[in-house]
Formats: sequence, structure tokens, C-alpha cells
Amino acid sequence: MTENPGIASVADLLAHAHAMESEAHERYLDLAEQLELHRNVEVATLFRKLAQIEQLHVRKILDRVGALELPHLSPWEYRWLDDEAPEAASIGEAHYMMTPHHALSLALRAEQRALDFYSSVLEGGGNSSVQELARELAVEEREHVELVKTWLAKYPEPGADWAEDPDPPVYQE
Amino acid sequence: MNTQTVSASAARAYKSDVKPVWCPGCGDFTVLSAITKAFAELGLPPEQVAVVSGIGCSSRIPAYLNTYGFHGVHGRATALATGLKLARPDLTVVVASGDGDGFSIGGNHFLHACRRNVDLTYIVMDNRVYGMTKGQPSPTTEPDWDNALTPGGTGLRAFNPLVIALASGANFIARGFSGDPVGTARLIVEAIETPGFSFVEVLSPCVTFRPDQRDWRNAVRPAPVQPTGDIGAAARRLMTDDGFNLGVLYVGSRTPYQTHRTAAPVSPSEIEQQFAV
Ligand SMILES: Cc1ncc(C[n+]2csc(CCOP(=O)(O)OP(=O)(O)O)c2C)c(N)n1
Ligand code: SF4
Repeated sequence: MTENPGIASVADLLAHAHAMESEAHERYLDLAEQLELHRNVEVATLFRKLAQIEQLHVRKILDRVGALELPHLSPWEYRWLDDEAPEAASIGEAHYMMTPHHALSLALRAEQRALDFYSSVLEGGGNSSVQELARELAVEEREHVELVKTWLAKYPEPGADWAEDPDPPVYQE
Repeated sequence: MNTQTVSASAARAYKSDVKPVWCPGCGDFTVLSAITKAFAELGLPPEQVAVVSGIGCSSRIPAYLNTYGFHGVHGRATALATGLKLARPDLTVVVASGDGDGFSIGGNHFLHACRRNVDLTYIVMDNRVYGMTKGQPSPTTEPDWDNALTPGGTGLRAFNPLVIALASGANFIARGFSGDPVGTARLIVEAIETPGFSFVEVLSPCVTFRPDQRDWRNAVRPAPVQPTGDIGAAARRLMTDDGFNLGVLYVGSRTPYQTHRTAAPVSPSEIEQQFAV
């Protein structure tokens, strides 16, 4: 990751970290609700667990923020490396028949993007307190990546027919 | 913490307790999220916003928001919203449709809403199919889309909503993609802030009846040109548009239509009396 998001201050980095963890939390909740509605209980439960974990991360970031005043940022003013907050699992990849393997793969990609974001801040150089915080946050994200990897190892990739629905949505005249 | 950051929770506050029944993976989820982000960014009080829709999967959006909402009649969303905005110019009125609702049965209303230029923001979630009724082709469907209902495709030229909006007088014209929720939120903010009729087409995949649209992520790109206020220049740009250029195409300066009504409002019972038999 060579791109530098140009984070200039600790408050700026914390604003990004807070938005990233909050979006991740909200996204897992959304996914859990979607899968509950489609009676995919196993995956819905897993997304709820991931949402709980992200909520803890939001709290941790808020502890770090303390009394610091964060800058106002419009959604498009965040310097993400991609289209949206990196830790938010890609909603367009959800499927009503997805398995825990797919859900955790989705989560792994999201955690990896979060790690890439902090790594890019680190590689960008600049302010030493920003660097120090980015290093700490990157260490935490690396732990999350490892955690999801261990979790994912328990769910081998399903066969190619995982999306075969005995009662599929049909075209209707 | 002291922050005005538009957080996910500020946006979530615009969502109602009704849970969307869309298929997981449907683009409309991110359009909903972009709308709530835009409202949060503009700091709109929910009671000062009305979201009016027609019928279709996309048109279910008002139920999922805690603003005022009206899940209207198929194809008539812009007509309903026009009436509401003229009666209550103080409200921010947003209209939501699908390509079937907006361009097929509602095609005529679309032209005239652009022409009237009432201060509305019209968001059409375009998935080039009728999702709710299970996969029939819509006016924006590619002529060669081969499926069980239209073997070999319809053979009909696809309707280009941006061309029609420009020719009919819309004052703000843009295209977004549900896979780019931040960019879409920005377009919606700009559309609401621009006076007059603002039209935002959002490419929003129907993963169930058009699974091929999952590849749209690789097809879309930011338009290589800046927005223009010159209708001729905008028209020339549309000549080379393949339907996947994202961003604001045109921002005009037409004065929005208003009634400038001065008489005291008529009560619903007075109106009822006029129709009494
Ligand atoms: C007067 C009338 N005619 C037909 C229908 C059936 N109908 C319901 S939704 C729909 C099309 C919806 O397609 P679109 O607007 O593209 O929305 P999507 O479901 O794809 O989001 C049709 C034809 C109806 N509800 N009312
Ligand atoms: S049928 Fe298509 S448009 Fe309707 S909810 Fe499902 S994916 Fe979305």
C-alpha cells in the first residue's frame, strides 16, 4: 500500500478510526438483520457477534478520544483508500444462502482493508504522534485479522453448489 | 468526545424500525444508507422531510425511513410529490422510484416533472429490470438481455433517462452507483441543495433477477469531465455515454416552479364538500 491518505493530526486519525469502527458495527448489524429475515440463522448470529466485537472497538476508540475535539468531516471528506470506510463489510457481496465461510471471508477482507489503511498512514510518514497512534491501531487491526483467520479456519470452503436453492426465485409472467 | 462528524449512528437515526425485505446483496440497501447519510450531512429534521415513492422493491424506501413518507401509486410518485411540494414548500421532498416505476408506467410523469421544475429530488434506483414482479424487462433493459420471459431479448432500444431529463428541463442531472455509497450520498446532498427538479439515477443491482449486475462494480467510472451548465455541452457528453459514467452531468439555473399562492389554505372538509353528491 503506497498511497498516503494524508492524515495530519491525532484528532484527524481518531475521526477516521471512529467512523471506520462505527460503520463496521452498523454494517454487521444490517447484514445480521438481512440474514435473519431470510432465516439464515447461523450466518445472522455470526454477523451479530461481529457487530458486538466492532461495538467494543468503537468504545475503545472513544476512550482514546476522551475530551479531544474531532474535526467535522463530511462522508466524502474521509481519506479512505477505497469507495467507503474500509472496515465495513461489502454489502453487495451478501447472499441469502451464504455460509459462515462466506461471512467470515467477507469480514476478513474488511479487517485487512482496515489494516491497509493504518499501514498507509504509517508509510505516509509525518507527525510522530500520528505515527505512534497509527502503529498502535495497526497492531490491533493485525490482531483482528488473525482472529478472523483462526475463526475462518473452522469453516472450510463449501462446495460449488452452495447457492443451489431447491425452491429458487423464479421469473414470473 | 466533542464531534460533529457525520457518524454512522447519526445516519442510522433516520432509519425506521421497519426492517428492509430486500434480497441480501440488493443495491437498494446502499441507496437507503446514502439517503440517510445525505440527510444527516444536511442536518435535516426528520419531520421536515417527506419521501414519496411509487411501487416496486426500490419504492419501499419510505417505510424504512423515519421521515414522513408516502408509498404511493405505481408510476405516480413524481405527481404526488409535486402536489405535496406545492402545498408545503417548506418541506424537503425526495422522490424514490425504480426504472419500471419511473420510466415505464411513470414515464409521462417523469417528462412533465422535469418540465415543471418543482423543487424536488428524484432518485431512481435503476436495475434495468422489474424486480418486485420477478424479472420482466424495463425501459432501461438492454435489447439483448436474454431471459426466460424474453428469449433473445426484447430487441428494443433502451431508454436513456439522462437524455430525457436533459431534454425535458431537469435542473440537476447526475448518475451514481450503489457500490459507491459515499459518492451517491454526495450526489444526493447536491441534488437536494440545488433548487428545482433534480434527477439522480443510481445504478442499483438486482442481484436476484440480474446477477450479472454484480459486475457493474468493474464497469462504472467517474465521468472524465466536470459538470456543466451548458445544455448543448451536456447533450454532447451524453452522445458518448455508455451508461456507466458517474457524477454530476448538468447543473442549470432555471427558477423552480412555485404557485405563489396567497389565499388561505382550503381545509380537507371544504374540498370534500366540492365532491359531495
Ligand atoms: C398499476 C400497476 N400496474 C402494475 C403493477 C405491478 N408492478 C408492481 S412493481 C412493478 C415494477 C417495478 O419495477 P421497478 O420500478 O423497476 O422497481 P424494482 O422492483 O425493480 O425496484 C410492477 C409492474 C402495479 N403494482 N400497479
Ligand atoms: S428482487 Fe432485485 S430489486 Fe428486488 S429486493 Fe431482490 S435484488 Fe433487490
